[in-house]
Amino acid sequence: MTEPSRQPPVAAPPSPAHRPDWTYHLAAQRGALVAVAIFAAMFTLFACEHPAGFSHNVINTAANKGALLALVAMAQTFPVLTSGLDLSVGMIFVLTNCLASALVSGSPMRVALGLLAVLGTGLACGALNGVVVVLGRLQPIIATLATGSVFYGAALWLRPSPGGTVDDGFAEAMTGSLPGGIPCSLVLLLALVLVVWLPYRRSVIGRAAYAVGSSRQAAFMSGLPVARAQFVTYLLSGLFSAIGGLLLTGLTYSGEANAMLGGSYNLSSIAAVVVGGTSLFGGSGGAVGSIFGAFVLRTIGDLLFVLDLDPLWQPLFLGVVLLFSVGLSSLRLLRIKNRLDVYR
Amino acid sequence: MAGVLKPDTGSLELAGTPIVLNGPADAARAGIVSVFQELSLLPDLTVADNIALSSPPRRFGLIDSRAQRRIAEEALQRVGATDIHPLAPVRDLPLSRRQMVEIAKALARDPRILILDEATSALTASDVAAVFRVLKSLRDRGVAIVYISHRMREIDELADDCTVYRNGRPVATFTAGSKSAKEIVEMMIGREVRSVFPPRSMRPLPEQPALQVRHLSWANHLKDISFTVRPGEVVGLGGLDGQGQRELLLALFGALIGVTGEVEAFAKPISLAGPRKSGEAGIALIPEDRKAEGLMLPMSVRDNLAFAAMHRFGRFGFVDRRAEDRAVNEIVQLLSIKAPNLDGPVGSLSGGNQQKVVIGKWLLTHPRIILLNDPTRGIDVGTKQEIYQLLRTLADAQAAILLYSTDYAELIGCCDRVLILYDGALKGVLEGGAINERNIVARAHNLAIDSTAPTVPQ
Repeated sequence: MTEPSRQPPVAAPPSPAHRPDWTYHLAAQRGALVAVAIFAAMFTLFACEHPAGFSHNVINTAANKGALLALVAMAQTFPVLTSGLDLSVGMIFVLTNCLASALVSGSPMRVALGLLAVLGTGLACGALNGVVVVLGRLQPIIATLATGSVFYGAALWLRPSPGGTVDDGFAEAMTGSLPGGIPCSLVLLLALVLVVWLPYRRSVIGRAAYAVGSSRQAAFMSGLPVARAQFVTYLLSGLFSAIGGLLLTGLTYSGEANAMLGGSYNLSSIAAVVVGGTSLFGGSGGAVGSIFGAFVLRTIGDLLFVLDLDPLWQPLFLGVVLLFSVGLSSLRLLRIKNRLDVYR
Repeated sequence: MAGVLKPDTGSLELAGTPIVLNGPADAARAGIVSVFQELSLLPDLTVADNIALSSPPRRFGLIDSRAQRRIAEEALQRVGATDIHPLAPVRDLPLSRRQMVEIAKALARDPRILILDEATSALTASDVAAVFRVLKSLRDRGVAIVYISHRMREIDELADDCTVYRNGRPVATFTAGSKSAKEIVEMMIGREVRSVFPPRSMRPLPEQPALQVRHLSWANHLKDISFTVRPGEVVGLGGLDGQGQRELLLALFGALIGVTGEVEAFAKPISLAGPRKSGEAGIALIPEDRKAEGLMLPMSVRDNLAFAAMHRFGRFGFVDRRAEDRAVNEIVQLLSIKAPNLDGPVGSLSGGNQQKVVIGKWLLTHPRIILLNDPTRGIDVGTKQEIYQLLRTLADAQAAILLYSTDYAELIGCCDRVLILYDGALKGVLEGGAINERNIVARAHNLAIDSTAPTVPQ
């Protein structure tokens, strides 16, 4: 008998082992880069056309509005990475807004305790979601729709009518700008990326979240902490929604149990996540892309304003941009040679 | 043993101490590492991420990607798979490469006990050899290895002790080499076997080909391929894995875009515009990955069987349940598909029976040209034998069959002719007595057929 075993693979096709590393890194970040590019193009147009030119005030307002959605979009990113979804982010956002308008004022000590209470509430809401989805094994989409309703109920109970106030110093610290005109809200986003997102991405629990989104079964078979990873994503989702709620309170100086607002942030956050290059099937993407996705969506409104178009066009325009940016990620379909790849 | 299933009764002892495993994570901590037949890789993560998945190197609590990459490179090197880039997403790798990554991943976990379940089913001979070298050196270093395989030759080469199981019960345990292959197969299927492969038909074949392929090319993967398959003929596709065999089948089934050349079915040119068109021309493809491309796992056996032939049961746009039931029951009997209930999910059947459902589903379309992509990968000997018998029966009923297999024995035992592909081109056709392992291997490596022993320039 011959021994095929001794033979090296003679016909090795052109080996991919020699492809330079950066091409892989680039390919992995493609979705986020597309969002960055769209944002850069829109913002340049915006800056060129703005009648008042580029004042600190303009930038600060734009940054605050963008950061508001960016925080909720980051919150949404975590569950989406595990191929989950959190339809309660908007309601946690509204609930923590109401809570902050009641607690974050008075003596510095009270402000600090109030802040902790608000963030703690966000975590608690996230924990509830986590318990229901992970332990209760309910579909995330319906489970968080239900818990979101509960959170909104709590917000309504706290603030049957709009009102409340917030500490001036705190509001200024959230929404003002640093000397040199750098908006505080952007610094906040950057800090969150550096202190929470990047370490999370490189932690075992973060890796496990990507793994769960990629293939839950395979993640389990590889001995990864599947349940813990999912739970943590909802926890972080609650926390980031609460930070968004704090920023909202800093901007409006009041609290309002506004169901429309919560609902619109729910959907916009999903749109921002998708524009930012994160797959709704889970396993790929990241929070940095979502930040840019959020800024893309928010710049659209400003762009219509400076271009002197009727604001009524905004929803239509928003839809077009959404289709366009999602369409970009499907461009690869034009290049495929194997029809089966369409379904992968 | 891997901690996936909780035992109802009985206990597990590791090196003399009883242990309880409450999940794969527990097993990994105890040093028990498993490579399963159904791959456990994460498609969106990179090769390096996957290899280091369960215990990534950490610095300050975070994953150290540079150290991780080193580990991945070493692991790939050990199994001789240096052609895989550690940063490539697993999604982009072909099946055989994924399996190598899976094995590298298991080795990187430094197992005390290594379980391989059909871990080499998609590998080529040279890959298998590299893996065996590693396994043998692990054995010499005191690692206990449980190797589950349907390939007798691998067991012979590797094992010290063998245990045969049938229907979840141990049948016999013996020292390797003390039983003949025939005896072992008898133990496995629980009855006496005369021959694994049914005899070839001796009837003369009609001249008119069922499938005629001329100058078929696609991208860089298929180069100017011409051949014919006649009704009643089983033609094998051989060669090293990944030389274009799968692509050829996909091209004939209309799944590829940009294919050039002419394809005729029964002297009528067919367009390669998609599986629907090919189906209409009487072509069926039994896909390689039955879980992804062959079956809707959560749906019932009945529905799965009826899908491909749905148009046959249509009446005024509705499904004629009675015609469907009749056809489904017929095929279930013909293939002796063992399903407790036809309305139960197909995912609950054994691998062999799932494969029969895939085959049955296409037989319901009454295909006249049947393409099979490695249909016996990872299924038990008994079912394999039934499939061989079925292929011959279909051929005798004038179907034209094109069979790709990674198992040389199958090509030798089943086929009337064997086409060998190498680097996307047709390098040889073996016929009759010339179909033997030596010729196949020589052709597969693109060597002259008359060389006494295949030698390869280093």
